Amino acid sequence: MSYVTHADLGGREGYGPVVPEAEGDLFHAGWEPRVLALTLAMGATGSWNIDASRSVRETLPDYAQLSYYQIWLAALQRLMQQRAMLYDDELMAAQSLHPPAPVARVLKAETVPAVLAKGSPTERPASTAARFSVGQHVRTRRDRVDHHTRLPGYAHGRLGTIERVHGAHVFADTHAQGLGEQAQWLYTVVFDGQELWGADASAGLRVSVDAWEPYLEAA
Amino acid sequence: MGHDHDHEHEHEHDHSELGEMDLRVRALETVLGQKGYIDPAALDVLIDTYQTKIGPRNGARVVAKGWSDPAFADWLRRDATAAIASLGYTGRQGEHMVAVENTPAEHHMVVCTLCSCYPWPVLGLPPTWYKSAPYRSRAVKDPRGVLADFGVTLPASTAIRVWDSTAEVRYLVIPQRPAGTEGLSEEQLAALVTRDSMIGTGLARSPAEAA
Repeated sequence: MSYVTHADLGGREGYGPVVPEAEGDLFHAGWEPRVLALTLAMGATGSWNIDASRSVRETLPDYAQLSYYQIWLAALQRLMQQRAMLYDDELMAAQSLHPPAPVARVLKAETVPAVLAKGSPTERPASTAARFSVGQHVRTRRDRVDHHTRLPGYAHGRLGTIERVHGAHVFADTHAQGLGEQAQWLYTVVFDGQELWGADASAGLRVSVDAWEPYLEAA
Repeated sequence: MGHDHDHEHEHEHDHSELGEMDLRVRALETVLGQKGYIDPAALDVLIDTYQTKIGPRNGARVVAKGWSDPAFADWLRRDATAAIASLGYTGRQGEHMVAVENTPAEHHMVVCTLCSCYPWPVLGLPPTWYKSAPYRSRAVKDPRGVLADFGVTLPASTAIRVWDSTAEVRYLVIPQRPAGTEGLSEEQLAALVTRDSMIGTGLARSPAEAA
């Protein structure tokens, strides 16, 4: 396995308590909103997709040491460097030293509200019938894959039940790798706590994930 | 940087107020602007949007309408994306919405164990704890422990359902309507709906708590 994600945290131990935060505390340093805005504005150029972005973030070697917006900043720079849109010497010099790469579009101030309100829906026309239906028992994929995926580690090889069918959606696994949207049926699959965590699972707990069809087999 | 500052003062100013991260981000912003990838004015609009326009008060209005209007509540159950869009909340990170209703029998909690997926059009940007390892690691395994960190204790008879947002579907929790709120307007009800109650790490406030 050469692909290593540092972001698959579900069920892991030792991170300590959750620290609540007042509503409205959005940023904790002046540079954080700038990173948010730079990330959204560069995403809008169409130079990469959100799944490629997530893949770069989760594979940053120092992911666990970085704060949230530090992760965003490091990933943004890496995405641009990978595409010859930005170079290290430019960051050192704080000025452009190389010709810009072409971008599909530039997000203008006056179009921001419309662009945000439109978003990027991921549902696509289905080219096949859904293989599973509500109430059906399924087992999630046991094997690890050597690329970005959205099946959390804790939900590998587990027996669950189809609860919702969401239509066909852009498949994160291929989309992240630059292999196209390859839309697949998407399901909410619900698991009993004991199936995930064993006999000492919290009583009455159920947990669901949203899983694309290739993650599932009939059980 | 004003021209009335002498060099020494400016130097001191830079280092006392701007840390390494500020300088790095400022450098990046300069380069991207020079390359023509970004419209600097768009950055300000983006920040202002999430600081003043798109936040959890949007979701609170959705919840209050659901509590007040049975037809709207039913629409939320059938097609939350459309019901929420009817109030003007659409788009980025809320393209495909599902509303889940808390009851005395079942309490819902939303997490993204893999990153920070969150329903932006109704809740705005996620709080730090939502994006952090303690919440992402524990919500799916020990939700009662997480609730305790928020000072919330549920009856042992209430089952807990956790939704891990692993694709592009986004979840909004409809908290239980507090007792003693009959006759309140939607606006008064919305004031009882906290951000955390719409993630499932809190409960809606009673009128006494909100007073």
